Amino acid sequence: MAKYLLLKHYRGAPAPVNDVPMDRWAPEEVDAHIGYMHDFATRLEATGEFVDGQALSPDGMWVRFDGEGRPPLVDGPFAETKDLVAGWMVIDVDSRERAIELAGELSAAPGAGGRPIHEWLEVRPFLTIGPNVE
Amino acid sequence: MIDDGAAMRSLVPHVLGVLVRRGADFATAEDAVQEALMRFAALPSESAPADPTGWLVTVAWRAFLDAARSDAARRNREERVGTEPPAGAVPNTDDTLALHFLCAHPSLSPSSAVALTLRAVGGLTTRQIARAYLVPEATMAQRISRAKHTVAGVGFQQPGDVRTVMRVLYLIFNEGHSGDVDLAAEAIRLTRQLAASIDHPEVHGLLALMLLHHARRASRTRADGRLVPLAEQDRSLWDGRLIVEGIFILGTALARAQPGEYQAQAAIAALHADAPSVEDTDWPQIVEWYDELLSFADTPVVRLNRAVAIGEARSPAEGLAALAEVDDRIPRWEAVAAHLHERNGELEVAARLYAAAALHAPSIAERDHQTRQAARLHRVMVNDGPSRSA
Repeated sequence: MAKYLLLKHYRGAPAPVNDVPMDRWAPEEVDAHIGYMHDFATRLEATGEFVDGQALSPDGMWVRFDGEGRPPLVDGPFAETKDLVAGWMVIDVDSRERAIELAGELSAAPGAGGRPIHEWLEVRPFLTIGPNVE
Repeated sequence: MIDDGAAMRSLVPHVLGVLVRRGADFATAEDAVQEALMRFAALPSESAPADPTGWLVTVAWRAFLDAARSDAARRNREERVGTEPPAGAVPNTDDTLALHFLCAHPSLSPSSAVALTLRAVGGLTTRQIARAYLVPEATMAQRISRAKHTVAGVGFQQPGDVRTVMRVLYLIFNEGHSGDVDLAAEAIRLTRQLAASIDHPEVHGLLALMLLHHARRASRTRADGRLVPLAEQDRSLWDGRLIVEGIFILGTALARAQPGEYQAQAAIAALHADAPSVEDTDWPQIVEWYDELLSFADTPVVRLNRAVAIGEARSPAEGLAALAEVDDRIPRWEAVAAHLHERNGELEVAARLYAAAALHAPSIAERDHQTRQAARLHRVMVNDGPSRSA
């Protein structure tokens, strides 16, 4: 009963073991990868542990307030930004160990040559609302 | 006249027990009871039945038969239940305990046991439970369905361990926070029901613990969600009726001289609830109760709270000495260290620890609270100069 965010990065994560950019994969390898992700989410729905999953376009921008009566300032994307999130999955699990186990499985998604990517996923616990018993 | 959800839901264990005793399988019977509850809720108030239990049994039994018949794969069972006597007089057997044992079965994970207990014993809908735990309804439906499947082979009358039941109820009390259901109140209702079904001092200890914490709820957070520490809580907001009841239940349990973890926790809560202020709290006795609690549950969390009590009962320095023996990686260690160092006059150290506590806080309210504590000390140090710090 703790929520974790599994974050997948376009860049910013340490290099995966099977480090071939996706655009160099064979089409069926791409299909296999996407299928694995889909099956993983479906399986977590069935175990009662799935909360949410979304993929993000890498085309982001930075926006900030630019003063009263002025339109918001829009800038970027900045090529030098190190960290670029590709998508996330939110899970609701009984323990930290289970979150790590699932992240490990997700990281085993097949990549180039059909071999597991071994990509690094960032696992972040949600801040909760405090307990009733102090 | 039963017109409120909790009163109606209090009939659920009995109704479900009747169906199972008539030969219905637990999973289908539980769905049938839910359907009966929904039909009951949809009744216009003027047509509320005089005997709600009998009404629920009849409607749930029909729903069960419909479900059994509509499922071709269940033909064998249909033939069997078809020979059972029709719904008639309702036997006066209390199945609450049997149901609790099943829903808290050791083969279930904590989150599954919590979900199944809230639905099958508490009578809450899957939607309500999903909202309370902030997960999609489909996810919660799967969790419950799998839990039912897991316990499908467990006999309804198989004896269980009341400790696993208490653990589940404690989790419900401590953790659900959103949606339209007050899960703390629901946990108290279920624990009252359990206490009426089994004579066990620890169940009474758990009930007392819940009542004594619930009594202080209104003072623990401000309207804007800010955490109010015990020392600053407005004690006039504490619910005296719940405190009196909690202390009475605890006293009766303690008199039986079968101590346990929940009674010890409740005793600590009672000493806080009974005190007019933090200064007038019987801290030495609280330390003694923590020592007793350690004999049942020697956990870093208990030792952490004991260090706070020692800091009050003896001196901040002795509290810090006790804290030094506690694993500093557990949640709230830095918050406790900050508090004790502040009381010891070491403001710079305390401010640094409050900031660290904010960084590692497990909850939003706790994080914001520790951030404000750090900010408060920084202002004191700016105004007074650093001379007060050690």
